[in-house]
Amino acid sequence: MADGARPRTLFDKIWDAHVVERLADGTAILYIDRHLVHEVTSPQAFEGLRLAGRRPRRPNLTFAVADHNVPTSDRSAGIEEPESRLQVETLERNVAEFGITYFALNDSRQGIVHVVGPEQGITLPGLTIVCGDSHTSTHGAFGALAFGIGTSEVEHVLATQTLLQKPAKNMLIEVNGRLGFGCTAKDVVLAIIRRIGTAGATGHVIEYAGEVIRNLDMAGRMTICNMSIEAGARAGLIAPDETTFTWLKGRPYAPKGEVWDRAVAYWRTLPSDAGAQYDSRIVLDASDIAPLVTWGTSPEDVVPITDVVPDPDREPTEARRAAKRRMLDYMGLTPGTPMQDIRIDVVFIGSCTNSRIEDLRAAAAVVNGRKVADGVRAMVVPGSGLVKQQAEREGLDRIFKEAGFEWREAGCSMCLGMNPDQLKPGQRCASTSNRNFEGRQGPGGRTHLMSPAMAAAAAVTGRLADVRELVAH
Amino acid sequence: MQPFTKLSGIAAALPLPNIDTDQIIPARFLKTIKRTGLGSALFYAMRYRADGSEDPDFILNKEPWRQAQILIAGPNFGCGSSREHAPWALCDFGIRCIIAPEFADIFYNNCFKNGILPIKLPQAVCDVLAEDAMLGANARLTVDLDRQVVVRPNGEEIRFEIDPFRKRCLLEGLDDIALTLAHADKIAAYEARRRTAEPWALG
Ligand code: SF4
Repeated sequence: MADGARPRTLFDKIWDAHVVERLADGTAILYIDRHLVHEVTSPQAFEGLRLAGRRPRRPNLTFAVADHNVPTSDRSAGIEEPESRLQVETLERNVAEFGITYFALNDSRQGIVHVVGPEQGITLPGLTIVCGDSHTSTHGAFGALAFGIGTSEVEHVLATQTLLQKPAKNMLIEVNGRLGFGCTAKDVVLAIIRRIGTAGATGHVIEYAGEVIRNLDMAGRMTICNMSIEAGARAGLIAPDETTFTWLKGRPYAPKGEVWDRAVAYWRTLPSDAGAQYDSRIVLDASDIAPLVTWGTSPEDVVPITDVVPDPDREPTEARRAAKRRMLDYMGLTPGTPMQDIRIDVVFIGSCTNSRIEDLRAAAAVVNGRKVADGVRAMVVPGSGLVKQQAEREGLDRIFKEAGFEWREAGCSMCLGMNPDQLKPGQRCASTSNRNFEGRQGPGGRTHLMSPAMAAAAAVTGRLADVRELVAH
Repeated sequence: MQPFTKLSGIAAALPLPNIDTDQIIPARFLKTIKRTGLGSALFYAMRYRADGSEDPDFILNKEPWRQAQILIAGPNFGCGSSREHAPWALCDFGIRCIIAPEFADIFYNNCFKNGILPIKLPQAVCDVLAEDAMLGANARLTVDLDRQVVVRPNGEEIRFEIDPFRKRCLLEGLDDIALTLAHADKIAAYEARRRTAEPWALG
């Protein structure tokens, strides 16, 4: 911090460094350093560009991959479903026409856009990163200001490499202490959403701090920043540190040699200054966090696995009581039922929240030597082709397959059910993804969100289960 | 973009909290490369029964709310995914204005890009407007963007706040991209500065 200057947050610093121009009423033209593009939210943006006779301003800053709509079964014969094929072919035509880097379906670097960006070193501290996808908040784990945008803004970024933005408010969430046995980053973020609600951080960028966050590996930090959007935040941020730099060094698109050293020196100046002001501050104690699961159709409907299905009559207002009753009806649950008595039909281990190698290792550790319960369909969908290869090198695929799991190709898959991986009406799923909305994993499907280890525990017991009872302390 | 100036029309009340974009338009309808024709999938799970027929109890399936141009919604409307298909579907159905106590950020932003006016008003005011909406064809609401008021059927005017820049863009139907490109020299100068200071940043 320069002498006499106002102490700034990590968000303030990145924001200030990217303002190209301030317009009359405080709206800023904000420079965008990295733009990630996928097949579902981009076709209309490229079409708009074409209709207006415009070209991408900096095609080398845009990276494309197909993930939302791609099959996760064998893809060597191409995509069978005609509408999905058309979207992927449209993306391929667009990247070719406009000169954009593309990780093709048969390339091992293909995967979920928020797994691929960091893995390739496209994501770096201090950058602004956008994508036509709300979970772009994931990249904030590296100390990058990363947020989701709509298709009109995708077109705006392509044409101008900027966005028209107003600054967000700053929220600090500190998680202190040490996580208990069986608790993971997923439980931390579910605990946060339970505490502040799904609109708790609307209009804010959340900075996560405290001992627990510092001690997390990059995978855990990504899990937490990923679900910032479920708390209503525009973005999540974690200050870059040695863990970040070590993880990024040598990645294909990360800077090299002398430029790397300069970059690291700059990144070290990014953490919030002492005395920086936050608009709000929340403190959690890790010792209050148990393995958590959701029971309803909003990510704030969270209880410890040892608890029971809550009673809507305890809600403070009639509107809330009605909303919770509707949820229980949709979820097919009765108040007072122990969560561990709830039987499940499907287990989904995947999504940009929890499909990295660390997540697969955690799930495999629980599954090892056990079998998927009778009548349960269980699948693992790695976050990228490279994650899949790494898991196979470590023999994790064998652990899963011998237990009866499906071992699939990378993509979004049953996180949103746009491809054939969908729940059937009434089916109940233990899922490591991020949204339990009505119909999210397939029309009429019922989703319980949890950590990879907890999903693995559900797979081998056939019900929602406490992972702490399955593994040695 | 089509401008939004003044709208007088039927309002439908859908006051549930946390209506997410998966409810506004489920993912399986996003397999399109167009912006148009999504109105038939709007609120799909609430609007249609399992056999594909309309649910007669759903508000937008009833007269006169089939013609609704204004939606009175609940808190945190539009949370979830960034899909602009949500405002496209609303627009295609004919909704041009949404009034709610609170919107999710990305959805709120996406509305302005499509000539839809999202208005934030306190819950108690939304409750009153929802009651007006239940009166149906006898109770048209008027939304005047220039004067920043919602006019109730009884003539009472309710003031709302809106960011001046967004207001101007909506009133004039401005193209954001053209607006930004007018500053192309500033963007170029910025890039030159960054290239020297942070050579890794611009790839
Ligand atoms: S995995 Fe799920 S949340 Fe993540 S980008 Fe894909 S659809 Fe979105």
